[in-house]
Amino acid sequence: MTERNGWLKRAVLEVQEFVFLLGATLRAAVTRPFYGRDIIEQFEAIGVGSLSVVLLTGLFTGAVLALQSGVTLDQFGARSEVGRLIGASMLKELGPVLTALMVSGRVGSGIAAELGSMVVTEQVNALRALGTDPIRKLVFPRVLAGFLMVPALTAVANAVGMTGAWLIAVGQLRVASSVYWNSVWYGLYMADVWMALIKPFFLGLVVVTIGCHVGLRTTGGTQGVGRSTTNAVVASSVGVLAVDFFVTKLLIVLLY
Amino acid sequence: MDADDPLPTSQEVLSEHGAPIVVFDGVSLAFDDKVILREVSFALLAGHTKLILGASGAGKSTVLKLILGLLKPDGGVIWVNGERVDTMTEDDLMRVRADLGMVFQEGALFDSLTVRENVGYKLYEESDMPLGDAHRRVEEVLGFVGLSEHIDKMPSALSGGQRRRVAIARAMAAKPRLLLYDEPTTGLDPITAITIDAEIIKLRDLEQVSSIVVTHQLRDAFYVATHTAARENGDVKILAAERDKCQEAEFLMLRDGRIVFEGNATQLRQTTDPYLLDFLS
Repeated sequence: MTERNGWLKRAVLEVQEFVFLLGATLRAAVTRPFYGRDIIEQFEAIGVGSLSVVLLTGLFTGAVLALQSGVTLDQFGARSEVGRLIGASMLKELGPVLTALMVSGRVGSGIAAELGSMVVTEQVNALRALGTDPIRKLVFPRVLAGFLMVPALTAVANAVGMTGAWLIAVGQLRVASSVYWNSVWYGLYMADVWMALIKPFFLGLVVVTIGCHVGLRTTGGTQGVGRSTTNAVVASSVGVLAVDFFVTKLLIVLLY
Repeated sequence: MDADDPLPTSQEVLSEHGAPIVVFDGVSLAFDDKVILREVSFALLAGHTKLILGASGAGKSTVLKLILGLLKPDGGVIWVNGERVDTMTEDDLMRVRADLGMVFQEGALFDSLTVRENVGYKLYEESDMPLGDAHRRVEEVLGFVGLSEHIDKMPSALSGGQRRRVAIARAMAAKPRLLLYDEPTTGLDPITAITIDAEIIKLRDLEQVSSIVVTHQLRDAFYVATHTAARENGDVKILAAERDKCQEAEFLMLRDGRIVFEGNATQLRQTTDPYLLDFLS
């Protein structure tokens, strides 16, 4: 019973600290000072740095989706509709979620490891002692970069995914190029496009805020840094899938 | 002082030699069931040095974190430079921290920045000082700690002693009135430790910086308490201090969160307390 209470207390404390972090980050977004150089560095690290992994993920996901859809659609004699299926799947679900998962593996773990190392070597305390708010200097630039770059990366993943699917559709399924693109175009509704545009902002926010939170709560030296890195990837991956569900549900109510 | 003269401001009073610059009044702190500090009270006077001794876990480093406002006490009052820090918000604390410098255990240098960027961090990032002036100040303080030639290196390329000296340079770059040292010589060989002690003495005697040194290295604590720095023909010399100067270095021994001794080097050497004798042996 006591053990369960202890676990519950820790969980509530963790959620409370996470909410405080979100509040402080929001405050850092609207009040001075801003650390412009750090913001640009994070855009480069999170956005440009994740481009190759997102390109590869998008390409292979689109391609394998075309392969699988081809087999299924053949059963209904609807191979020519492969574009419709690819477009809707990539834009609404696979593009945003897979991009966010890839970014959580690459960026979320990196943020947790970097901030965790700074905490255990007292660099974060040194920042505070030197008159710098770590939220403004370390957290806000990463959150802003994640919030804006994950949607951009998702757009790239969607485009590359549909191109990967086109290669398979034309090269292997023998669907004419114009038929494929027409099917993609006419298969999409404006609501789908809105969903593709809105969802990645939430997912980007989840990945970086969880990475920052876990990193800043690191204790226990280098072992603690390792633990934080693992926890950040696990928590942000689960967070991405859970938030994806709730945001999708909300957007369906609002848009469709 | 003439009757017509205006009264000195609180900051002018505090900047005078011998004014109380840090005051702890009945400060207590506990983490869950573990009591770290119990009703700790002491004062540091401007221009003086407080040497806080104690075994690991006695609460020494916690005292420094409380002064900086990195931790909040459960009870008691803390005054730093005339401001009550125990009830301050993080934003207000930034103003108090502007006049403090802290040398962390192991240095806590930013490993992604060069020595120049580390030392000048506060000037480059948190002040309106023109870039040229900031560069000059960084070069000046690195010259003071004898590391001018390492200005463009990364911290990882420095030895342990050099890293501590860079940390001292970083703490002093913005000319604070109070410097806090957390185990500045722990893990260093005796020769390198003496160079760090010399920097603490130089800052105190040549730059008039008050200091609190937390350590369990008795040799270094006594060295800082019993030596003084003086300029002779442009060179800085470390000499044995006169009796009066030795009085300005006060020892404070913590045990299980309580102060068990407070006095100067001579009084500490003459103690008959069994715990202190054990610690000194």
